[in-house]
Amino acid sequence: MKKTTVRRKVAVSKRKPSKIWQLRLYITDQTPKSRMAFANLKTLCETHLKDRYRITVVDLLKQPQLAKGDQILAVPTVVRKLPSPMRTVIGNLSDTERVLVGLDLRWSAQSR
Amino acid sequence: MKTNGAKSSSTATRLPKCPSGIQGLDEITGGGLPRGRPTLVCGGAGCGKTLLAAEFLVRGAAQFDEPGVLMAFEETEKELTANVASLGFDLDGLVRRKKIVIDYVHIERSEVQESGEYDLEGLFVRLGHAIDSIGAKRVVLDTIEVLFASLPNEAILRSELRRLFRWLKDKGVTAVITAERGRESLTRHGLEEYVSDCVILLDHRVNDQIATRHLRVVKYRGALHGTNEFPFLIGADGISVLPITSLSLNHKVSGERIATGIPRLDAMLGGKGFFRGSSILLTGTPGTGKTIISANFAQAAARRGERVLFFSFEESPDQITRNMHSIGLRLEPLVKSGLLRFHSARPSLYGLEMHLATMFKEITEFKPHVVIIDPITSLMDSGTDSEGKGMVTRLIDFLKANQVTSLFTSLTQGGHALQQSETAMSSLMDAWVLLQDFEGNGERNRVLYVLKARGMAHSNQIREFLISDRGIDVVDAYIGASGVLTGSARAAQFSLEKAAVLASQQEAAQLKREVERKRGALERQIGDLRSDYEAEAMELRRIAEQVGTRTFVLGTERAASGILRQADLKVAANTQSKPKPGGST
Repeated sequence: MKKTTVRRKVAVSKRKPSKIWQLRLYITDQTPKSRMAFANLKTLCETHLKDRYRITVVDLLKQPQLAKGDQILAVPTVVRKLPSPMRTVIGNLSDTERVLVGLDLRWSAQSR
Repeated sequence: MKTNGAKSSSTATRLPKCPSGIQGLDEITGGGLPRGRPTLVCGGAGCGKTLLAAEFLVRGAAQFDEPGVLMAFEETEKELTANVASLGFDLDGLVRRKKIVIDYVHIERSEVQESGEYDLEGLFVRLGHAIDSIGAKRVVLDTIEVLFASLPNEAILRSELRRLFRWLKDKGVTAVITAERGRESLTRHGLEEYVSDCVILLDHRVNDQIATRHLRVVKYRGALHGTNEFPFLIGADGISVLPITSLSLNHKVSGERIATGIPRLDAMLGGKGFFRGSSILLTGTPGTGKTIISANFAQAAARRGERVLFFSFEESPDQITRNMHSIGLRLEPLVKSGLLRFHSARPSLYGLEMHLATMFKEITEFKPHVVIIDPITSLMDSGTDSEGKGMVTRLIDFLKANQVTSLFTSLTQGGHALQQSETAMSSLMDAWVLLQDFEGNGERNRVLYVLKARGMAHSNQIREFLISDRGIDVVDAYIGASGVLTGSARAAQFSLEKAAVLASQQEAAQLKREVERKRGALERQIGDLRSDYEAEAMELRRIAEQVGTRTFVLGTERAASGILRQADLKVAANTQSKPKPGGST
């Protein structure tokens, strides 16, 4: 995390740190696709995880060695590092419903 | 595809090749895989795709100083390392020395959700990073088709794969991509569409309960290549493909002759034995002594200091040495000294091709001067007739090319009729020695004769051969009015003849004595007659003398009386001169 060059702490809640969602977005370069993915992700988080999430953006062109760790093939990919288990959604995240299912966001948000 | 086509036409002059280092494969492909291009290796489960790819990489790193990247989609690094370690590849060591990078790519479909557009740039980044980190020249993608199961959007995947192969070409790496064999196409997901430079098909099929692996170069753009199916095996040191259908008849021949270990058999072959490097067929019904003659041949060669490789498909090495010991052939010391090596295997152990491959390997390793195959027939039975003949042809071809003398024994199924396969096989052989049983007088005896021996004067005689505890002895069979006599009949005939000779000898001696006696008698008679004659002649002389004397005396007396009577002197003078001759006699 410390190594990431692009780091945006969008919001930090004052509750237990374990409840904070850690999301990592893998992109290659600032393409329209990556920008769109980031925008979509941010919107979703704002809607469902207000103040309880942290997004880290990893540019694989700058840090190719990080691709192996999370088994990244497709770009863009968003990985839910916390809470475990790890979940992965690939694509520009334009299909909100699928992202919610993929990150298990709706259920977690409701059961809170 | 379009870019592929454009590329290959621009480099139409001569395709640079990248040696795979895999035994035999480079021969088939005329030097290796197309350098800087992707090659597709496809085949069903368990036919050795991953192994071939891994060997390509390992040999490249170890032998040709070409580092490589292995992107594994199915097996983890640990699994891969363990798998290829059994073939003597030290993948771990190569990884540590930064000759090889293994990247295990894994996507669990259940953990991945798809939402909107994406591409596989991540894969490109990973591969590019791996290539750049060690300056890789070779890349293996094993098996990239797994992605079709992991990623739901096939359209994206296809376009990305097409981009990937083009990208690999642009990178200038020689890539091997493995793919699962499809039902109707070469690969299940039609990867052959994207990889058009070289396609190698592997196959593992069961024929008559015996499985054999085959390799075929389906396509090799811009290069000549062997198009046949070549059997290959996965041995203790990797894959070896056998490009063994080269049927050129231009091997060198030797004028040197080698003894068979049986002096009388050598004598039948112009006194010197077989030609070095020739192929010899030894046929016979069961129990005619084929193995024994083979063992004799082996022993003779090993004693000359030559290496002998004995392929036995019916007996174990121990069994052969024990059995040969009973006839005075001691093979153990030769085995111990390393000159004689046995290779025993059941014919049904694996297919004909595999047998051939194993034999080739053994021969290449051991470099024998003499190879014995005992018997070739049981080996040929594990395939069809044409397969069997093809196999023998290739084997002989290979042996002759290496100037190895080969002895094949062949079992005939009783009787005198030669089998069809045998007749077919015989045309490949330079010499053919036939062993046969002769039955008669309540016993069975062995005979042998030389049916053919190319390029040398050979005996047309049938010889009997005896097996005793001192080895093999070849003797003349008796050929008389009643045909060929062997065994005790021959012995009986011999003693009969001996008796007859003795009898006639005795008779002659008798006759001689008789004649001598007659001559003695005759001479005695002659002597008698002569003495008779001499006696008579003497008598005659005596009488004549008496007559003479008497006449003289008479004359003298008459003259005296004449003087006394004073008769005329003339008469007296005449009568006086007459008795002189009588007196002189």
